[in-house]
Amino acid sequence: MTIPWLTILGVVPLIGALLLVFIKGNTARLVGLAFAVITAAIAIALLVQFQFDGGMQFTEQVSWIPAIGAWYSLGLDGLGLTLVLLTALLVPFVMIAGWDDAEVTGRGSSASYFGLVLLLQGLSMFVFTATDVLLFYLFFEATLIPMYFLIGRMGLGGRRGRAAVKFLLFSLAGGLIMLAAVIGLYAVSAAAGNPTYLLDELAALNIDGSIGRWLFVGFFIAFAVKAPMVPVHSWLPDAAEEGHAGSSALLVGVLDKIGTFGMIRFCLGLFPEASTWATPVVMVLALVSILWGAIAALGQRNLMRLIAFTSVSHFGFIVLGIWAFTSTSLSGSIFYMLNHGFSTAIMFLVAGYLVRRRGTAEIAAFGGVQTVAPVLAGVFLVGGLSTISLPGMSSFVSEFMVLAGTFSRFPVYGAIAALGLVLAAAYILVMYKRTMTGPVPEPVRARVTDLTARERFAVAPLIVLILVLGFFPKPMLDVINPASQDTLQAVGVVDPVPQIVEGTN
Amino acid sequence: MSITMNDLALPLLLPIIIIFAVASVQVLIEALVPRHLRHAIQLATTYAALAAALVLTVLAWRDGPHPMAGVDMISVDGPTHFAWVLLLLFGALALLTFAERRLYGGVSVFAPQAAAVPGTVQEREAHEARVEHTEVYPLALFALTGMMLFVSANNLLLLFVALEIMSLPLYLLSGLARRRRLLSQEAALKYFMLGALSSAFFLMGVALLFGVSGSFNLSGINAAITGVAPAGVDPNLWATQIAGVSPVLLYAGLGLLAVGMLFKLGAVPFHQWTPDVYTGAPTPVTGFMAVLTKLAAVVAMMRVFYVALGAARWDWQLLLTVIAILTMAVGAVLAIVQTDVKRMLAYSAINHAGYLLVAIVGVSQAATGVAEGQQTSVSSVLFYMLTYGFATLAAFAIITLVRDASGEVTDINGWSGLSRKSPLVAAAMALMMLSCAGIPLTAGFMGKWMVFASAVRGGFAWLVVIGVLMSLVAAFFYLRLIVVMYFRKPVEGPEVVTPGVGTMIVLLVGVVATVLLGIFPGPAMDLAQQAAEFLG
Repeated sequence: MTIPWLTILGVVPLIGALLLVFIKGNTARLVGLAFAVITAAIAIALLVQFQFDGGMQFTEQVSWIPAIGAWYSLGLDGLGLTLVLLTALLVPFVMIAGWDDAEVTGRGSSASYFGLVLLLQGLSMFVFTATDVLLFYLFFEATLIPMYFLIGRMGLGGRRGRAAVKFLLFSLAGGLIMLAAVIGLYAVSAAAGNPTYLLDELAALNIDGSIGRWLFVGFFIAFAVKAPMVPVHSWLPDAAEEGHAGSSALLVGVLDKIGTFGMIRFCLGLFPEASTWATPVVMVLALVSILWGAIAALGQRNLMRLIAFTSVSHFGFIVLGIWAFTSTSLSGSIFYMLNHGFSTAIMFLVAGYLVRRRGTAEIAAFGGVQTVAPVLAGVFLVGGLSTISLPGMSSFVSEFMVLAGTFSRFPVYGAIAALGLVLAAAYILVMYKRTMTGPVPEPVRARVTDLTARERFAVAPLIVLILVLGFFPKPMLDVINPASQDTLQAVGVVDPVPQIVEGTN
Repeated sequence: MSITMNDLALPLLLPIIIIFAVASVQVLIEALVPRHLRHAIQLATTYAALAAALVLTVLAWRDGPHPMAGVDMISVDGPTHFAWVLLLLFGALALLTFAERRLYGGVSVFAPQAAAVPGTVQEREAHEARVEHTEVYPLALFALTGMMLFVSANNLLLLFVALEIMSLPLYLLSGLARRRRLLSQEAALKYFMLGALSSAFFLMGVALLFGVSGSFNLSGINAAITGVAPAGVDPNLWATQIAGVSPVLLYAGLGLLAVGMLFKLGAVPFHQWTPDVYTGAPTPVTGFMAVLTKLAAVVAMMRVFYVALGAARWDWQLLLTVIAILTMAVGAVLAIVQTDVKRMLAYSAINHAGYLLVAIVGVSQAATGVAEGQQTSVSSVLFYMLTYGFATLAAFAIITLVRDASGEVTDINGWSGLSRKSPLVAAAMALMMLSCAGIPLTAGFMGKWMVFASAVRGGFAWLVVIGVLMSLVAAFFYLRLIVVMYFRKPVEGPEVVTPGVGTMIVLLVGVVATVLLGIFPGPAMDLAQQAAEFLG
């Protein structure tokens, strides 16, 4: 029999989470890290075995709830693999970065922190590999629980309980609307004779017309809340402000990707007709997110909130690339998810180091950090430059692909989106100037020390990854391209042919 | 008309007969057996009766659906069997909490002498003499008899009799709390007064429907509505009988009958008794009522509305839709403002009644085009009750564990930081709350999926959208309890007391079932699907 790689991938972190219920103290941290490293190794092993010719691989299928046509069905395509890699690679570094935060701040314990992170990782793996809608939904909602406790228990702000509840209620609202659509899928397939939740069987039903549109809306709302897009984004800045830096890195880096992942896998995959129907609305929402997020980021006084708003802007780009329906922009969006995960993680983790030293995330409380902690400031700058897609960084490649693809079909939307780049440069550089340059206030001089070896080790690999993929993105694009071509084929659109005006003499 | 043993089909009714007979014998035991032996004997006979009835029900169920028993008055079909199994199973679990003594310092949760006026010398003497009411076991078994009849009755008169059999013991049981006796007695009186009123409505409805159809039998009423003469009746004679009967009578009868049913279900606007009674009654009795009464009411209600009034569903679907929306909304919104955990769970129970009504409104049955072998409204309601029962019984059992010197601590502030005092109990309660909120990977999610799916299939997708939004509102107060337990600092005073074996079993079964049904609901869904249709 074949080895159920995808089940192992999801179950290993879950076993780790379970073990950490019984282990305490420093051993707990080591055990937690060990499980995260094993998971990362499995993910890399999957990448090595992955065939670059599209379609679902490593598939597993076992009947789960026959009465309603639900299957325990897993599969991995380029899209899923990208996000699995992101999740697997991010978690160990987030753990190292927040190694003893729980003990230092007195919020929760390391064992519970590492355990919740592993739980979140395991559930996310199933989210990215599920090829059954109900199975996906189950894990989609279940990921909320560890995140809720991460924000609520580990958070540093005084209003962390509220932020956790706000996060959960927003996500649940989206999730419950999606539940209605999930049930609708059952009703459609049952009325067609054979209830099923398998993605490929549902896609074969060609659900279109008004039912398809209603169901599409149900799914889209849930993913828009998750991503998050304006106007349902307001939970993210609160969660980031009150939450712990490591949790925020995972929240934005991994959990929010489920939103854009779901748009590609479910909105485009199951309701191609409705997806093209909704294009104008979604494109406008994406543009609003890009600009709103960027402008709001300019006005923030809190580092964590600022980083959260930059993400809102970036998710706008990802959605823009998805709905431009070109192979370039879609591949760019998928690649963007990976890069954004890494660069935002760097930003959050370094901001977390700052907060741990200074005790606050207010921008006004900092200044001149580059004099007292040059390495910290440098790493922060690299993360920031990656956020604004400087050439040479991997995010440049993806942002360029998104914009280039969008221009070829929707030049006006592309032009407006490009404004986001200008604003991005402004918000990152202004923030850098306010926090890292200028005179050094007394509290900063007294408390802000440079990065320790452990802290450096947590972010250095991420920077290396960003640079390597910036100069040599081909390996990841080889993984991603077949997936985006499969998706566009399912939607039934072809890339626009460039119109070349013939020269006249 | 002569009645033969064949018409009675007594073997099919053995589960009811056993429960009723043992309850009657237990009354004799009360009279004849010395006081110190009673508790053990009552407990042993109770569980023997429950086990025997359960085994017989399962055996009969395996034979498949049966023809009518009790002279066409009792329908022993799939839903009946499923409901009986649930009633006996949840009854057995609930009675384990009745038998709890360790939590209360070696005595039972019930008043030592119900007849003694609260605060008097007699009461104190009874208290000091450590006497107790072991009558609670026969009372509970009588209530169970009524419930088993209620879910299977195919005749409106028998339905009324069953309603009274199940209600009267419950009125008594609610008034038997050892602590806060005045509150408990007030609850009992309220429950009795309003219950009696709703029974009167119910009876009037029965009379009007008899006037419309000339029959107490559910299929007879259906025949009058559809205009097709029942088998064995001369069509011409029958046509003259029902000719000229005004449909207003039918609607009035339907409405009045619905009032009686909705009262027991705890649906808005007939829900006012629920919070007071749930709060005042001894907590084990609250759990018993919250699960078993609701189960009996919802199954009986479906049977009446589907079998007798199914042909008039266009007339009652709108009515029940409005009630379903009100019930979900009032339950969820008022639960948010509660500061008492028990009261909050009472409103949560109202909220759940709303979801059940959503499935009832859907009427996705074979009659409306659901293919055989697919889930129906009946099977989804039964599955929902299965998931709801475990979570609710366990949640009320946990409430009995959180105590200070004056008894149970039901003020939500007393639950602050419970996760530090007892991580296991807090985790169990959190799991039950997540299940009640319908979070995936718990049983509650699958239950909610089922009831909503049957409404969508019945063409009520918009009602489901309202339903999911209401579950969002409901999630808020379930989460609040989790926030209080996990994110707040512990307070002095309330402690988690270690219970006896019985309560432990309830907790363990509740947790295991909630997780198992959340992850592997397949087998239970298949069982529910065998109980998909009423035989009318």
